Amino acid sequence: MKIDIQTILPLAIAIPLGMGFILPLLGKKLTRLADVAANLATASLVCLSIILLVGRLQGGGAEVYWMGGWRITAGGTVFGINLVLDGLSALMLVLVSVVSFASTLFSSRYMDQYTGRSKYYGLFMLMIAGMNGCVLTGDMFNLFVFLEIAAVSSYALVAFGCESDELEASFKYLILGCVASSFILLSIALLYAQFGALNMAQLGERMAELGVNKGSLLALMMLLAGLGVKAALVPFHAWLPDAHPSAPAPISAMLSGVLIKAIGVYAIIRVVFNVYGWTPELGMALMVLGTLSMIVGGVLAMRQGDFKRLLAYSSISQIGYVVLAIGLGTPLGILAGLFHLANHAIFKSLLFLTSGAVQYRTGTRQLDEMGGLAQKMPITGRTCLVGSMSIAGIPPFNGFFSKLLIIIACVAAGRWGFALCAVIISIVTLAYFLKVQKNAFYGKLKDKWAQVREVPLTMQCSMVLLAVLCVAMGLLLVPGLREAVLEPARDALYQGVKGYQEVVMTLLGSGG
Amino acid sequence: MIYVLCLILFLVGLYGVLSQKNLIKLIIGLGIMEYAVNMFLIMVGYRKDGKAPIMESGTGLDKFLSGAVDPLPQAMVLTAIVINLAVLALAIAIAMRLYQKYGTYDITEIRRLRG
Amino acid sequence: MTGMTVIVKTVTRWTAALIFLYGAYVVAYGHLGPGGGFAGGVILACAYILITLAYGGEHALRVLPRAVASRLDSFGALAFLALALVGMVGGGLFFTNWLQQKWAGKAFHVFNGGIIPLANVAIAIKVCMSLFLVFFILSSVRMFGKDEQIDFRSKEVD
Repeated sequence: MKIDIQTILPLAIAIPLGMGFILPLLGKKLTRLADVAANLATASLVCLSIILLVGRLQGGGAEVYWMGGWRITAGGTVFGINLVLDGLSALMLVLVSVVSFASTLFSSRYMDQYTGRSKYYGLFMLMIAGMNGCVLTGDMFNLFVFLEIAAVSSYALVAFGCESDELEASFKYLILGCVASSFILLSIALLYAQFGALNMAQLGERMAELGVNKGSLLALMMLLAGLGVKAALVPFHAWLPDAHPSAPAPISAMLSGVLIKAIGVYAIIRVVFNVYGWTPELGMALMVLGTLSMIVGGVLAMRQGDFKRLLAYSSISQIGYVVLAIGLGTPLGILAGLFHLANHAIFKSLLFLTSGAVQYRTGTRQLDEMGGLAQKMPITGRTCLVGSMSIAGIPPFNGFFSKLLIIIACVAAGRWGFALCAVIISIVTLAYFLKVQKNAFYGKLKDKWAQVREVPLTMQCSMVLLAVLCVAMGLLLVPGLREAVLEPARDALYQGVKGYQEVVMTLLGSGG
Repeated sequence: MIYVLCLILFLVGLYGVLSQKNLIKLIIGLGIMEYAVNMFLIMVGYRKDGKAPIMESGTGLDKFLSGAVDPLPQAMVLTAIVINLAVLALAIAIAMRLYQKYGTYDITEIRRLRG
Repeated sequence: MTGMTVIVKTVTRWTAALIFLYGAYVVAYGHLGPGGGFAGGVILACAYILITLAYGGEHALRVLPRAVASRLDSFGALAFLALALVGMVGGGLFFTNWLQQKWAGKAFHVFNGGIIPLANVAIAIKVCMSLFLVFFILSSVRMFGKDEQIDFRSKEVD
């Protein structure tokens, strides 16, 4: 069957957006219906994103979609609202949908502890809509708009429990996020003032023609700072260790798993590679930021006693790996970085879900208070073990391959120092995840946990799903799959400004 | 340059966010930052003696382009205002809830999360 | 809360409907001139906010119950999305202006802007209800209450 991508592409935004407004209408009584509807929505998004990924392969190149078929050419600039589906967007879409499906499956029982279920799902869907739009959009201003949709709903979701900690974390996150958004908007305004275009492809074209000047450098710095806050790179990371643990567990999984990637890392690499064009200096800046995050996140994670807080610091560290590898700018480096990004989305959301499962049954997040829980919660224990081994880089799991690739890429690019840092931090990661396993799941079972039972079935299902994916993702490096999934994503970045521009501009003329 | 004034206003807002200890004043600082950005956007689109960007019948695209102010930044500002409204409303709601929990608006006293 | 003085109430009685009418005008005329869904929606919301300020929360809730407001809020957004989706089914693309082919540019016709007037109405409903709810809920939270029930009687609006 020939799939017409042109018709279904906007559904990736329309479905979650529509559900986001329908679900709050269900009110307080129909919570089960809200569960079912939310799960159906995310399941359909998974199908849709896989269809888009496969369909894009059949079609060959990228797809450009103009909203309403409306565009106007004025003074050599094309105005209109467009969506661009290339390899990278397709990969991100699949990741967002898979993690959000696992999270909604998990939420259906986990959220029994909270009230206002339909509002929760409404915000959740809005967040997905924001992220999907963010990875699909083809112009700077819509990037900002979707980024804000995702960010505003995540501020509200972090505060969802309305306890002191959650409100405090959310307020901190909101202030930093809002300052970051101002910076992003100001830099977009600066870019528009200088180059007269908002479409990323045309912006890149103009920038290549006119050259980088002081104004666009200022804009670049503000963009990096603003998006760095959203991605929680190290000098801008202060909000993450508070916000991610405070949210309900499925939301932590979404925030750490995909939100910081979709609205942070994705936006950074899109701007750096497809608008400004990678230069050695810019690459160096990314690599330094990445390495800093890697080291600081890893070291701070070592001394955490709170399960979710440890995971949050570990997210900073792993995002550092991604940014470091992509900053190398070599084909292998970009491939490794994107692969690690995909893997991290899966195993970090798995780990957050297991921490949520532990919290659901025991009511604590402190590692010291747990112990021996693997006897009472076998599924949770095993899936958490899988996740920990993946993130620490133990061979059969996906994390091993991507970390190995990152280190090889660093060495191949002649960056020995960065490679050494990556190796050391990977050992540190292993150390603190061994601590998690020992304290929480193995060792002696404490008396007060004698009554603890395994979590309900749906929660187990979502954890098992992600754990299976952790093993299966290693297969993405197998030649057939690699060419289908990872290499188009890499090419989208590696071909840089010119490639992106050709993709978008050749499709400008064609109808639709 | 009049753009510098926008930048100064932006920095005033940033200074407010960084230096104030009261939650509400922090939020006001955020508001000032957003206004500065919005004003900058409007100035980007401004043209001396420009007309309102409404196409009348009989005006060609070229004439429209040479006569009217740039409508795109205005659309962007409108969108930015809506987003800003949502963020500020949420910020105020959270600040009020924080006040209920802690009984103060002082951020130096609202510090449970550390480490 | 019984609202404000009789002078304010009387003036409000005269002006609220006018403000509402003006908002409706801005919405309806939005596709031809300055204005549109957002600006008009804000003016519509101002009419409700004026009533809330002058007559107090209870009276405002009689005019526009909260449940109705939040339903309409979702409805406005859904209507906007539905317009876009209908364009997708009918014209093949998201947000296709599917009414434009028929009446485009014809003077004195209701739909001479295609679906844009309809979209303006949807946005106006959404914006009006959101703003009203934001104002109402923020103004009626009790600051020292233990329970989080909304109780507008204990809060003075001055």
